[in-house]
Amino acid sequence: MLTRRHLLAASAAAAAAPLVPACADTPKDMLVVGQQLDGIISLDPGETFEVIGGETISNCYNQLLTPDPANPNRLKGALADKWEIGSDGVTFTFHLRGDVKFASGKPVTADDAAFSLQRAVKLNKTPAFIINQFGFTKENVDARILAKDPRTLVLTVGDQVAPTLVLYCLTANVASVVERAEVLANAQGDDLGNLWLKTHSAGSGPFVLRNWKASETVLYEANPHALERSKLRRVIVKHIADASAQLLELQKADIDIARNLQAEQMHTAQNDPKLRLSSTLLGSLLYLGMNQNHPELAKPEVRQAIKWAIDYDGIQKNITPFTYQVHQSFLPEGFPAAIKDRPFRHDVARAKEMLAKAGLAGGFELTMDHASTQPTADIAQAVQANLADIGIKVTLIAGESRQVFTRTRARQHQLAVLAWGPDYFDPHTNAETFNVNPDNTDNAKNRTLAWRNSWQDTDLSDRAIAAAHETDAARRVTEYEKMQRDSQQRSPFAIMLQQKEIAAVRKAVAGFDLAPMSGRTVYTTASKSA
Amino acid sequence: MRGRLRALAGTLASVPITLFGLVLVTFFIGRVMPVDPVLAIVGDRATQDVVEQTRLELGLDRSLPVQFLIYLGKLAHGDLGRSVMTSHTVVADISRFFPATMELATAAILIAVLIGVPLGVLAAVKQGTRIDHTIRVICLAGHSIPIFVLALLTLLVFYATLGIAPGPGRQDVVFEDMVPAVTNLLTVDALIAGDWGAFRDALAHLAQPAGVLAYFSMAYIARMTRAFMLDALSGEFIITARAKGLPAARVIWRHAFGNIAVRLVTVLALTYAGLLEGAVVTETVFSWPGLGQYLTVSLLNADMNAVLGATLVVGVTYLGFNLLADVLYRLLDPRVR
Repeated sequence: MLTRRHLLAASAAAAAAPLVPACADTPKDMLVVGQQLDGIISLDPGETFEVIGGETISNCYNQLLTPDPANPNRLKGALADKWEIGSDGVTFTFHLRGDVKFASGKPVTADDAAFSLQRAVKLNKTPAFIINQFGFTKENVDARILAKDPRTLVLTVGDQVAPTLVLYCLTANVASVVERAEVLANAQGDDLGNLWLKTHSAGSGPFVLRNWKASETVLYEANPHALERSKLRRVIVKHIADASAQLLELQKADIDIARNLQAEQMHTAQNDPKLRLSSTLLGSLLYLGMNQNHPELAKPEVRQAIKWAIDYDGIQKNITPFTYQVHQSFLPEGFPAAIKDRPFRHDVARAKEMLAKAGLAGGFELTMDHASTQPTADIAQAVQANLADIGIKVTLIAGESRQVFTRTRARQHQLAVLAWGPDYFDPHTNAETFNVNPDNTDNAKNRTLAWRNSWQDTDLSDRAIAAAHETDAARRVTEYEKMQRDSQQRSPFAIMLQQKEIAAVRKAVAGFDLAPMSGRTVYTTASKSA
Repeated sequence: MRGRLRALAGTLASVPITLFGLVLVTFFIGRVMPVDPVLAIVGDRATQDVVEQTRLELGLDRSLPVQFLIYLGKLAHGDLGRSVMTSHTVVADISRFFPATMELATAAILIAVLIGVPLGVLAAVKQGTRIDHTIRVICLAGHSIPIFVLALLTLLVFYATLGIAPGPGRQDVVFEDMVPAVTNLLTVDALIAGDWGAFRDALAHLAQPAGVLAYFSMAYIARMTRAFMLDALSGEFIITARAKGLPAARVIWRHAFGNIAVRLVTVLALTYAGLLEGAVVTETVFSWPGLGQYLTVSLLNADMNAVLGATLVVGVTYLGFNLLADVLYRLLDPRVR
């Protein structure tokens, strides 16, 4: 019979149950990374287009070429060891190395490379435009991307464009080479293996995706056939949503690398003798978009006034001391042709003067959409205070980030604080989105940032398109530099900050550093001493 | 007997109607959210033709009533659709996330009952004494300290400072993918596999989040037990029992506690059902991949199949426990017969 004594004994046992000894450090051949993983929605290279998914692709796949990690402005061969561009300017021939194998042990052939690029075009998922912009369609791609023999791939683009634009687009994740036989063996209907590749890998990269549990873990195992073999047997990326919990686990050596620490944890990590910080500049820009369908924002003097009112340095120092730097042009630092000019600073008198020139000395009212997450919410508040100083009363509209995208894509905002990262490593990616808007109607197909802010500047738009076709590399760089300076003055974008990524790493981990490009960080060279 | 069966039949008949209402409301709320579900899938950078193609693939170009009927048709065949966030079927997702919550909730309710009930009884018996006041303060703290503070404090004390408990997560990384998933209840799966190391590890990881949730539930259970006991102890049948010279323990546990057991069952069933909905904050701090986290992330990503599926599970759980409490109430309480 259950007596009081039994109940009390059971209560005491229940209270003592948690006191089980904790586990020791992570094994030496296993790297454990703490990261926020809830952004991944697919791990198919033909579909994924977020940074974290991109990292998985970088760890499991190779492309024909890759930006040189030491100097991303230079290209180096990956699966292809040489390439040439035909005299017609539209034929690109790639010669594949003969010694690269997929994780299955089978060799990587030109046939696999052709299939992978054709597949991306046919799937037509989000990143497909990176390849489609060269005139490839579902109908013509089989004829325009051809494997001439097992080691030769020939691409024929629609128009003559800057060769580096084509080559850099082929370094993007969407151009990753998948193993044709394995993907087709797992295809369902006509999905070209999309459903299977969302959660599996079929590449030749240093790791194989062993398992992805959404919002829980990504588990990699070393690819025994990889060209550059990892010293680690396994890499486990654990989803740890909370930044404080990431730091705590790092300090307890339960994880080796923490990827999402915030400013307050950075201070602690910086002073911990067992930790080091690895930092890199990301391409992501934080900007204030001003919708030109608002009559006051359409006045050039008002746009200038807003740009002069923002306290760029104050925001950077007080809100994002570790994670952003001030940057004011549409090409992020580190990109080819990027300029570091900072023509605007916090100058209330000058901003008021510009507002008076626009006939709005008494100020006016606006709304500002922003994501409710940090640091965007704090930055939006700071901009609100800056604009209040010159008489512009701003009402903030906070929302979940997808809610903000929905509104800005429908051009329902007036002001909006948003982030934008380049789609591939060529200046055209940002030059296009910040300047090109050939059709400003509501039914436009090309909904660039310029379109979303109802901005049409024919001069800049034409120049951006012309620069993409410029085959003289030096002239192309000069043109992008001029465009950035003109865009800084005329555009409805007050570009404020460029993101930096910082990882806190245990000193026992050697050979790991963040890659200088978003989504390119790999764990191949990492090793652990204890 | 016939009356009881009729009442039970009435309660059972209300279940499908309630579930239909739940699906209907969740479906339409999901569709009128200020987030375009297509953008949530394809992202901000997708070209307009990809957006339109995806809209067609998802059937979002059809009218809302048609979309709802299609969903109901699939639901009738047990098809909850596919989650765009995890790429798995919602059924597969729920069979992974729900056991995590169930394991946590079951451990929490067991601890809460084992501590809360005796505490509540003790507080009632010692009403107005220092013991009663101390228990009140303990319970008040359990109710008033925000659960994320409690969760972080627990991690800070037991994991970071004392080092006697493991960190967040359901298991240590060395056991990752080592134990074959049978029930997706890690402790049970480890036992099935005969892996004692994995079992101890899973139990150790369970202790802290379960303890935090248990404290919160315990506070409620203890207060309710105290209130029920006070009511029972003031009854004339207790005075009679005492007058007859029965031992105090027998009066308290057999006569008073026996009398409140029926009401307590309802409280416990609903508390357990509440825990089974998933505790988002606790799950987030302890990186516990449970239903609460699944539902929240799905909602933020406008992953409507996942939201509907998870809501349905929560609804069925709640209704199930409500029904169970109702049935037990009818069976145990002679006054309802």
